[in-house]
Amino acid sequence: MRNFKRHLTDTLLILAIALLFTGLLLLVVGASPLEAFGQLLSGSFGSWSRLARVLNVWIPLTLCSLGLLYAFRSGLWNIGVEGQMVLGAIGCTAVLRWGMDTAAPQLMLPVALLAGLLLGSLWALLAGWLKIRGGVHEIFAGLGLNFVAMGLILWLIFGPWKRPGIASMSGTELFPKALWFPTLEGWRVSPFALLLTLAAIALTAWVLNHSRFGLNLKAVGHNPRAVTLYGLSAQRYMLIAILISGALAGLAGGLQVSGIYHRLIPAISSGYGYLGLLVVMLANFKLLPIPFIALFFAALNVGSIQLPMMLKLDSSLSGVIQGACVLSALLVFGVRRLREGRSG
Amino acid sequence: MQIELQQIHKSFGNHHVLKGIDLRVDAGTIHGLVGENGAGKSTLMKILTGYLSRSAGRILLDGEEVNTADPATAAALGIGMLYQEPQDFPPLTVLENFIVGRDSHPDNHRGRQQQRLSELSEQVHFQLHGSDSVERLTVGERQQLEFLRLLGRDARLMILDEPTTGISDRQKARLFAALRQIREQGRTILLVSHKLEEIAALCDRVTILRHGLVSGEEDAPFHIPRLLELMFDQPPGSRAQPQQCPSGKLLLALDQVSTAGERTGLNGCSCRIHQGELVGLAGLSGSGQGLFLRLAAALQQPQTGAVSFRGISLSGRDHRSVRRLGGTFLPANRLEEGLIPGFTLTDHFTLAHGCSRSEAREAATQAIARFNIRATPESRVESLSGGNQQRLLLSLIPTSASLVLLENPTRGLDVASAEWVWHYLREQFCSQGALIFSSAELEEILAVANRILVFFDGRVVRDLPIDQVDYQDVVAAMTGG
Repeated sequence: MRNFKRHLTDTLLILAIALLFTGLLLLVVGASPLEAFGQLLSGSFGSWSRLARVLNVWIPLTLCSLGLLYAFRSGLWNIGVEGQMVLGAIGCTAVLRWGMDTAAPQLMLPVALLAGLLLGSLWALLAGWLKIRGGVHEIFAGLGLNFVAMGLILWLIFGPWKRPGIASMSGTELFPKALWFPTLEGWRVSPFALLLTLAAIALTAWVLNHSRFGLNLKAVGHNPRAVTLYGLSAQRYMLIAILISGALAGLAGGLQVSGIYHRLIPAISSGYGYLGLLVVMLANFKLLPIPFIALFFAALNVGSIQLPMMLKLDSSLSGVIQGACVLSALLVFGVRRLREGRSG
Repeated sequence: MQIELQQIHKSFGNHHVLKGIDLRVDAGTIHGLVGENGAGKSTLMKILTGYLSRSAGRILLDGEEVNTADPATAAALGIGMLYQEPQDFPPLTVLENFIVGRDSHPDNHRGRQQQRLSELSEQVHFQLHGSDSVERLTVGERQQLEFLRLLGRDARLMILDEPTTGISDRQKARLFAALRQIREQGRTILLVSHKLEEIAALCDRVTILRHGLVSGEEDAPFHIPRLLELMFDQPPGSRAQPQQCPSGKLLLALDQVSTAGERTGLNGCSCRIHQGELVGLAGLSGSGQGLFLRLAAALQQPQTGAVSFRGISLSGRDHRSVRRLGGTFLPANRLEEGLIPGFTLTDHFTLAHGCSRSEAREAATQAIARFNIRATPESRVESLSGGNQQRLLLSLIPTSASLVLLENPTRGLDVASAEWVWHYLREQFCSQGALIFSSAELEEILAVANRILVFFDGRVVRDLPIDQVDYQDVVAAMTGG
C-alpha cells in the first residue's frame, strides 16, 4: 500500500513537471497551453475512430517495450529494436507476397507473423553475437544494424518489390483484402493483435517476475561475473534475452504490415523502437507501468496529428512532452535515490 | 588532529547497527578499534569518512563540531580512509588511480606524479608500477595502491580498515614502520583490525566494540585475553588441531600448466590432489595462488599444459562443467565476483539450488541459523558485513561438493568466526573430497591444512605434507629463498 502511494505521487509529480515545462514552452512560442493540451486529449480519445488509432500505436509500442525489458533485465541496451522491427516487417511481407496466389491466403497470415518474429529475432541475435563473439558493444551493434535494416528496406521497396511501373516512398503494392488482418466492423483495430499484445504482457509478467528464468536473467544483469559461480552462463542468458527482445520487435513489425499498412513502407517502424526505450525508462525498467505509459505515449502521438491544423503548432509537441516526461522521471527517481542514500 | 565522536547512532531500516558510540582519538597516536564481525566497526568508519550518513550523534575535530556530509568534505577536513574492499578504478592504471580525485593538488603532470608515486612506493617498499593496469592487480596490491594514495594526499587522520590483509610479513613490517613514522609527524591513525597481535604491536590505545556499543577501552601494553573477553560474549576456545584426513582417489591433476595473469602468471605448475587433502596455498599475495584456484575452477584456461578434474580434462570447458562434477569456488572479492548486489539471501538460494522460492526461503532461514548470519532471508546481500557475506557464500556451497576452492576464505573474519568456518569446512567436505585454499597468513595454513604448496613468482617452490614443514624454510621460500 505504501509502495502504491509512493508510485502514485511519483507519477503525478512526473506528469506535473513535464506539463509545466511543456506549458512554459508553449507560452514562450505564444500558444495557449490549455488549448494545446485540450486538442491533444480530444485528438486521441475524442471519438471511437481516434481511440482505434491510439490502440494501433499502442500495440507495436507495447510489444517493443516488453522486448526491451528482457534485454534490460540481462544488462543489455538493445538499441537495435528499430531494425529488428523493420526485419520483422520484411519477413512478414515476403511471406504474404509469396502467399498471395496460393489457394488459402488466410493461412498465410499466421505464417507471415511467424516469419516476422523469426527474422526479428535473428537480427537481434546478430547484435548479440557481435557483442559476445566480436566484443562489439551492443549499443553500436544495434545502431549499426538499424542502418543496415533501413538500407535493406529501401532497396526492397525501390528494387525487387517495387510497384509495377513506379517505385516510390509510398511503399509496395497493397495486399489483397484477403491478406488483411480481420478487424471488427467499423473499427480499425484487429482484436487478434490486441489479444496477442495482452497475452504478451501477461506472459512477460510471469516470466520476468515469477519464473526461475526471470530471476536468472536479473542475476545476469546485476552481476555477470558472479553468475558463473552459480552454474549459469551469462552469455547464453544475454543471447536469449536479446533474442526474445528481437522476436517481440519482429512481431510488432509483422503486425504493422499485416494489420495496419497492408504493404511495406519505408517508415514501417514509425520510430517505435526508439520510443519504446523512452517508455521503458519512464517505467523505471518495471513491467507494470509499461502498458499505461505506452497508452499515454500513443495518445500523444495520435493526438498531436491535428495540432498543425487546429493551432498551427507543429505535431512534434508530442515528442517534446514525451521527452520532458522521461527527463522529469529520471529527475524524480534520481532525487529519491539520493534522498534514500542520505537518510539510510 | 584530535577527533572525538559523541553518541553516534546508525540504523539501516529496522536494523540498529550503532547504538551510541563515544570515541576520542588524540593527535599523534595510533588508536586501535577492534570488535567481532558485525560489531559496527566498518559502519562507524564509513560515517566518519562521509561515506554513510549517521542517524544521530556529533563529530568533533580538534574540539570543533564538523559535518562530514560526504567523502569530499571529509577528505577536505583531512580524513582519509583505507577501506577493506579497494575503492579504486580497475580500468585505469596505477598512476591514474594515484592521481584521480586529488582536488587539493591540482597538479596532474604525469611525470611529477609518477615521481611522487615512486618515492612513496619506495618509502614503504611496495612494488607497484605506475603503468600497470589495476585490473591485473590482486586485492592485496590494490590495497597497497590505496595506501599510497592516502600517503599522497595530506590526510591528518588516517583510518585503516584491516590494512595488513593480503600483504606479506615483510611488507607488513615496513608498513608498520611507516605508520610509526607518520605518527611522529603528528598524524593521527585509527587502525581497525581483527589481528590483536598487530594491535598490540602498534597501538597506543584501543577501543573495543561489541554489538554496536563500546564495551571497553584499554591502554598499551595490552593483555590480549582481556581484549578477547571484551570482544566476545565468551572467550573463543583454542585453535583446533589439524586432523589427518586419509588420502583417497585422485581428484585434481595439473600437468605443466602455465598461464598469464595476476602479477607473475603461473609457470609450469604440476600437482596432484587427492580426496581427503586440505591444501593451503602460501605465498606473497599475487604469486600465482589465485591463478591456481581459477584454473582448477575452469574460470581461466591454461595457455599450455592440462588440467583435469576427476579424470576429465577441463580443456575447453567452463566453470559450469566443474560445478556439475562437484567443484565449487569462493572468490576473495565477495561482492564483485561471488554475490549479486540487489539480490536477497532467498534469491541467492533460488539461484544456487535451482529450487522454488518457498524452498529457498526455508534454506535461507536454516542457513541463517546454522551459519549465524546476521540477516533475514529478505536482506539484500550488500547490507551484510564482510564476515556475514562470507558466511552466506559458505552456506551456498552444495553439501555434496567434492572439491572446494577458496580464495582467502577467512579474510575479514574474526578469530572465532574463522575457527567456526574451518571446523565446518573440515567436517563437511574433507572426508568426501578435497579443500584447496589460499591465505595471506602462513599461521592459518599451518594450523589448518594437511599439505602446503608455497608459491613464489608464479611457481610452486615447495610442496610438503604439513608435518614436514620447517617454518623458517617456508618463510624463506615465500620470499624467494
